[in-house]
Amino acid sequence: MGVDALVPRMRDICGAGNVVEDPLELRTYECDGLTAHRCVPALVVLPGSAAEVAAVVAECARAGVPFVARGSGTGLSGGALPHKDGVLIVLSRMRAIVEIDPVSRRAVVEPGVTNLAVSKAAAPFGLFYAPDPSSQVVCSVGGNVAENSGGAHCLKNGFTVHHVTGLEIVTPSGELTWLGDGTGVTTGYDLLGAFTGSEGTLGIVTKIVVKLMPVPEVVHLLLVAYGSTAEGGRAVSDIIGAGILPAAIEMMDALAIEAAEAAVHCNYPAGAGAVLIVELDGPASEVEAELSTVRALCAAAGATEIRAADDPAERAGIWAGRKSAFAAVGRISPAYIVQDGVVPRTSLGAVLAQIASLSAESGIRVANVFHAGDGNLHPLVLYDDTVPGQAEAAEKVSGAILDACLEHGGSITGEHGVGVDKSRYMPKMFGADDLDTMQLVRCAFDPASLCNPGKVFPTPRLCGEVPGHRRAQPAMEGHPAVAAGQAEIF
Amino acid sequence: MDTERVTVPAPATALAAACPSLAVGTPGDAVAGVVPAYVASPASTQEAAGLLAAAAAAGLAVVPRGAGTGIGWGAPPSRCDLVVDLRAMNQVIEHEAGDLVVRVQAGMTIGQLASALASAGQELALDVPAAATVGGIVATGTTGPRRPRYGSPRDLLIGLTVVRADGVIARSGGKVVKNVAGYDIGKLFAGSHGTLGLITEATFRLHPRPAAVAWVTAEFGVERADASTASAGLVSASEAVASAAGSALVPSAVELDWPGGSPQSPRPLRVGVLLEGTASGVAERAGRMSDLLTAAGGGPVSVSGTAPVRWGALPDGATIVRVSFWVSALESVLKALVAAGESAGVRPAVTGPAGAGALYACLDPDTPGSAVASFVTSLREQVARLSGPAGPRGAVAVLAGPPTALAAAGAYRDVPGAALMAAVKDQFDPEHRMFPGRFYFAGGE
Repeated sequence: MGVDALVPRMRDICGAGNVVEDPLELRTYECDGLTAHRCVPALVVLPGSAAEVAAVVAECARAGVPFVARGSGTGLSGGALPHKDGVLIVLSRMRAIVEIDPVSRRAVVEPGVTNLAVSKAAAPFGLFYAPDPSSQVVCSVGGNVAENSGGAHCLKNGFTVHHVTGLEIVTPSGELTWLGDGTGVTTGYDLLGAFTGSEGTLGIVTKIVVKLMPVPEVVHLLLVAYGSTAEGGRAVSDIIGAGILPAAIEMMDALAIEAAEAAVHCNYPAGAGAVLIVELDGPASEVEAELSTVRALCAAAGATEIRAADDPAERAGIWAGRKSAFAAVGRISPAYIVQDGVVPRTSLGAVLAQIASLSAESGIRVANVFHAGDGNLHPLVLYDDTVPGQAEAAEKVSGAILDACLEHGGSITGEHGVGVDKSRYMPKMFGADDLDTMQLVRCAFDPASLCNPGKVFPTPRLCGEVPGHRRAQPAMEGHPAVAAGQAEIF
Repeated sequence: MDTERVTVPAPATALAAACPSLAVGTPGDAVAGVVPAYVASPASTQEAAGLLAAAAAAGLAVVPRGAGTGIGWGAPPSRCDLVVDLRAMNQVIEHEAGDLVVRVQAGMTIGQLASALASAGQELALDVPAAATVGGIVATGTTGPRRPRYGSPRDLLIGLTVVRADGVIARSGGKVVKNVAGYDIGKLFAGSHGTLGLITEATFRLHPRPAAVAWVTAEFGVERADASTASAGLVSASEAVASAAGSALVPSAVELDWPGGSPQSPRPLRVGVLLEGTASGVAERAGRMSDLLTAAGGGPVSVSGTAPVRWGALPDGATIVRVSFWVSALESVLKALVAAGESAGVRPAVTGPAGAGALYACLDPDTPGSAVASFVTSLREQVARLSGPAGPRGAVAVLAGPPTALAAAGAYRDVPGAALMAAVKDQFDPEHRMFPGRFYFAGGE
């Protein structure tokens, strides 16, 4: 059955105004934040409740039509790239903050709520939501769950998976269920943990229970200038080596600084080969002690300037330079590729040197912006798409950078996800058996492979029939719940 | 292929060929009373893979075992042909101190690992028994008081190597802290109690050992703690836990400890807060935390550099019932524990990371199975009322207890996503040969 036959039911479920069929309107959904991949969906629906999402998915499952969930469409790996014969389920109408319990430090939100809206709603209680991807003003919490989003402050506070304690999902067969007991304690298999970061391939999130954290007593930020990223890298190692875990340690190289200056006039130290942003937060008495140590270590590593930003406006100005970096390179290059490779922190210097020589050999410029504390690189590979051959050359450099990350025991993606963009690199990082094993999870959740198909894995696994023995074990045979078919024993 | 029951068709030759250490099981190898036909100690992941492939060919039920510290938790195996003892795999594979990452074999004990990391001033920030193995801790998902700050094994695990039921070796994650490539199989295996496959190697994120620590404790008197009388001490202890856990003083742990006592002579509740940091910072924060606990009605308040008695420890051999909840419901949960105890005629010792929304109710080892079941059933009824339309707010699980109680009440009940868990089990272990019988999920979404 094709999508056309589904339209009347979708109108019944979501309301006629929330079903998009017009080809021009459909085109606005053709890509997410990664514009290199485009695909116009056959149909777009905007359900307004968990029940509507479940009904939509059930219809798709019955008809064998693929479906893709989309939040704010800010993803950088094409994870929300639509399916040409499928339904795109857009969750932006589901943006209620259902509940905030300040005593328990928990909030329940719908998937379309933006990341920053959670922190804003929690602020009156002295609380905030810790994961802070650079797109936090627009990106959705549902999308954050799909991608297991991080952000600059995940060095200290962890990723989305560390801040989600319950998920209401619609399974790929269209059933509503909860994962997790809502508290953060795991009972049975940790499906909540396995689901988070599965890039929309195991189901659609309809409610999220998140942890809220107390707003730190004090925050101090240092902007430190160096002649080179190597010196900055030394400071990073020394800070971590001293047993200090800053809230964030970010680095930008000269080219990235140039772009940020052009875009947001962040007024970073002129002529710096690299800048380091070190943010410390916590109880005042701890942060004061750490701050003097960090200052000393930064100076010893050869800092040419150390600037402290203690009030929120100053800090925001410095962060603006860093958080705008991706978009800013648009000021200095007509086109660019964003990479997301990760290396062990101790390999940062070696990999940056490799990137520099790749750039020199190819003539393709690379601007480096990275989460130095956890080794997550975001090389921005710059090219001019009007010059024949440059796009291919840039793609080659980009791939070679990921190879370098893997050589050093790293990962092809730290926070942007695999999506459609990096699935071809998965066999370089994992063996066939590893990928096959991961897909057992996919087969458990989505045996028909209708839920965001074609993402993450280069080759789908055929799930087939499972010859599972499902017989009660002798010790439990007499149990009434087993007899009634309400329980089973593994 | 019929894999039911124990008839072991002379697979010893194939097993021994795969793993020369194969031996016949002895009563000392019994898993919750079930003596295995064979025990083998593979020396490598490769050898373990050969062993599990041979076991698969023979249709054997396989039980992974580390030091055995948690092997008695949960239901006994319904079949146990082969125990795979991981203790021969006890080496650090890689410790890059500058990366704060360690990769270890699953049979290394937590104590051995702690010693190996101490020289670098680092630790695996899980407060778990030193005698337990790394693999056992991951498999059981054991946590300690510092979970609110550092997380559970699943949170610190960044890479995992497992051998599947069919003998295939699979890796997930890696050795970098930040990594979202592929599904996180480590999350699934953490807390899976050996029912999905055999854990052979694990990679963890480490933390620097804090320069200074302090425990701030306060007692809250309980005049009379019965179900019908809300004791003032119980109310203020609940408030103290919530405000300590939510304070910007960043405690690493907020524990509650309430020994059983008797209705005639109730024991006080103790709230204990662990602070970690620099020497001067910890001293200053300990002072402010003392003020906070005093203001909440606690007294006497004390500050110490050593852990209070029973810190993070659970009584040996006891039945252990875990309650999870939102912290705002702590007072209701404490009352529910009292009421459930009264109705079942038991007096549990209550202890655990209350600030993180969990408590363990511990019943004496000689408590009859019927009383345990009655206690659990009553507690579940009350905890279920805490959940609302916005989703589940907690659960009651029997982590360890007499088999009769586990059979009567169920270790778990109304577990969200139970049908999906069953599907995951079917995929990883279609013949249900990995620790059969250990996990028990009553239905209910």
